[in-house]
Amino acid sequence: MEFFERFAIPHPSPAIYASMVAIAVVSIAIVVGLTYFKKWGYLWREWLTTVDHKRLGIMYIIAAILMLFRGGADAIMMRAQLSAPENKLLDAQHYNEIFTTHGVVMILFMAMPFIIGFMNFVVPLQIGARDVAFPRLNALSFWLFFAGAMLFNISFVVGGSPDAGWTSYFPLADNEFSTSVGTNYYMIAIQIAGLGTLATGINFLTTILKMRAPGMTLMKMPMFTWSALITNVIIVFAFPVLTVALAMGTLDRLFGTHFFASTNGGMDMLWANLFWVWGHPEVYILILPAFGIYSEVISTFARRNLYGYKSMVASMVIISLLSFVVWVHHFFTMGQGAFVNSIFSITTMAIAVPTGVKIFNWLLTLYKGKIVMTTPMLYSMLFIPLFTLGGVTGVMLGMSAADYQYHNTMFLVAHFHMVIIPGVVFAMLAALYYYWPKMFGFMLNDRLGKIGAWIIAIGTLVAFMPMFISGLDGQARRMYTYSEASGFGIWNMISMVGALMLAAGFALIVYNIYYSFRHAPRDIGSDPWDARTLEWATHTPIPEYNFATMPKIDTYETFWDSKKKGTTLFPDKIEKIHMPNNSGIPFIMGIIFFLWGFSFVFAMWIPLIICTLGIFACMAYQSFENDHGRYISIEEIEETEKELGGKR
Amino acid sequence: MMKELFPMKQVMGFIFSLVLTAVALMVYFFDMSFAIGMTILLVTAFIQAGLQLVLFMHAGESEDKNAIYITIYYGVLIAIFTILGSLLTMVWTYQFQ
Repeated sequence: MEFFERFAIPHPSPAIYASMVAIAVVSIAIVVGLTYFKKWGYLWREWLTTVDHKRLGIMYIIAAILMLFRGGADAIMMRAQLSAPENKLLDAQHYNEIFTTHGVVMILFMAMPFIIGFMNFVVPLQIGARDVAFPRLNALSFWLFFAGAMLFNISFVVGGSPDAGWTSYFPLADNEFSTSVGTNYYMIAIQIAGLGTLATGINFLTTILKMRAPGMTLMKMPMFTWSALITNVIIVFAFPVLTVALAMGTLDRLFGTHFFASTNGGMDMLWANLFWVWGHPEVYILILPAFGIYSEVISTFARRNLYGYKSMVASMVIISLLSFVVWVHHFFTMGQGAFVNSIFSITTMAIAVPTGVKIFNWLLTLYKGKIVMTTPMLYSMLFIPLFTLGGVTGVMLGMSAADYQYHNTMFLVAHFHMVIIPGVVFAMLAALYYYWPKMFGFMLNDRLGKIGAWIIAIGTLVAFMPMFISGLDGQARRMYTYSEASGFGIWNMISMVGALMLAAGFALIVYNIYYSFRHAPRDIGSDPWDARTLEWATHTPIPEYNFATMPKIDTYETFWDSKKKGTTLFPDKIEKIHMPNNSGIPFIMGIIFFLWGFSFVFAMWIPLIICTLGIFACMAYQSFENDHGRYISIEEIEETEKELGGKR
Repeated sequence: MMKELFPMKQVMGFIFSLVLTAVALMVYFFDMSFAIGMTILLVTAFIQAGLQLVLFMHAGESEDKNAIYITIYYGVLIAIFTILGSLLTMVWTYQFQ
């Protein structure tokens, strides 16, 4: 029995026990359901072993939506606790665990897979490729992300949640102050998911640089692909810093080193420094693909080509450089003095310039455009004013002298939510509506979509604007309660209403998916939005080889030209197509990595060594496997094309 | 004919890299201050790395040499920013205040 005591939760509550039961029931229901409907084989053949970028993209997006609801449930619990002064709904420890989980889940396991999911689905189609450069590595990336996410998600029922904040600052995160295994989960789950992200970065960098259709020079790439390219450059340069920082943190917690300890020559501030050396570029890893989505959506529904293509590209390149030189603005109050703070204040404000260029380019794209207000376009239009609110308060926070007032208050919380929700979440929802017909062959209901968009936009304002006020009045973030005399009660009650509106908005999206699945017409063709880029040139549903023949590109919008001027997009004859085979190795490695991480969290060294050997065995097997892929014959391609309505 | 076949550049590079190694080894064998020793090590290390990259790893000999050099410059730039910025924030600011 003693062995199992380590898995007990140090700080239990009825809600956690209820969650345990719910998790067990749902897991059993899934297993029973799959067995009853005889879907194991289908699941294994079509999804678990797939290396197809489209399916991996869809799996990333499903995982992201699940995590959105996990993080959202955390948010509702926090807002409920704060909605009245001296509330007793949660105690301090649970509140700490919940805000930590909310932060990590929303950034790393919701926003990241959402953008990587769309990159997976869209980028190869936009550049006219048949898959990514390393399809099997792509599958491994997904399963590493998934293993990391699941490992993090079980922490609250096995051994205890991390409770040191999503930034996990030392010395708080060290053994002395965080005694449960929670922070081990943080270090190791993010490490595993981070390895997957790093591999994605290398994979997409290679794909975009090497696998573009004939004639597509860099300056003829669609804007989303450009944003994906820049994002992956940032990933490749920023994520190793996180890897190293997490490894050092793990060593400190499990092997008694003193990198981040405040004694024995350690330096606790170094964690904050390394975390934000990664953390600030991470902000741009999230926002640049979102900007790419807005560029596609706005140009499609303004019925105009994107204004200022070259300045869009230039501003992204400049942002990618500047994103690496501003990290200190996350800890202006740490004591490095006015000189250092001034330097990073100035670099921070410099980023507003290329971002402003992009905003004006979108506005000028709209100018004199024939605007069609669909749901994705509505999200993009709501994004501009709301994001600007978040951005302007960011400039206020960027002034280091004034930051001493705002630091660690709800003002900061309001700022980054007003940037991330309109910036990233609206973009992902716009992309979900925009690419849904390409993914699933029917459109989501536009009326329900627009109602949802308005509820979410107003909910965002109602939830986060009061925090600016209570934050300026001095309400600190990460405090589980406050006194009645502080006068924060009314603002937090308004926030609670906004949080419930957001919940209703997201529930409406789920209902919309159900409603449209039941009622939406299926005969929408392959280009329902009358769009401009190459992903709409292929059939719906997309055949596994994407394009029967390679498109020939000669302008920035060749697909649009082929529709309007009648130029030929696919001049070649059908030839046999070389495709990669499915593989079970990535999925198996994901499972082993999960067990590896679990053993590591609880410092169970023997299972850890066995899992490590298993990982190397998988890699060795992969290295010696002789798999040259397979060919799809001309007859088979012709038949598929005929079924889908003729070769393009 | 022999002159064209003889890899003059590579041989000279090899000798030069041996010289660099010898210079770096001096730090161990001769008594010098920490600052001078560190300077010698850093300078020889970076020249050595550049030499290896260009001569023996053939950067700049394929058609994607621009991509290779841009990536290297970008990486070096970000490394310098990060290291100098961290030193500035974590160490120097407390020494010169």
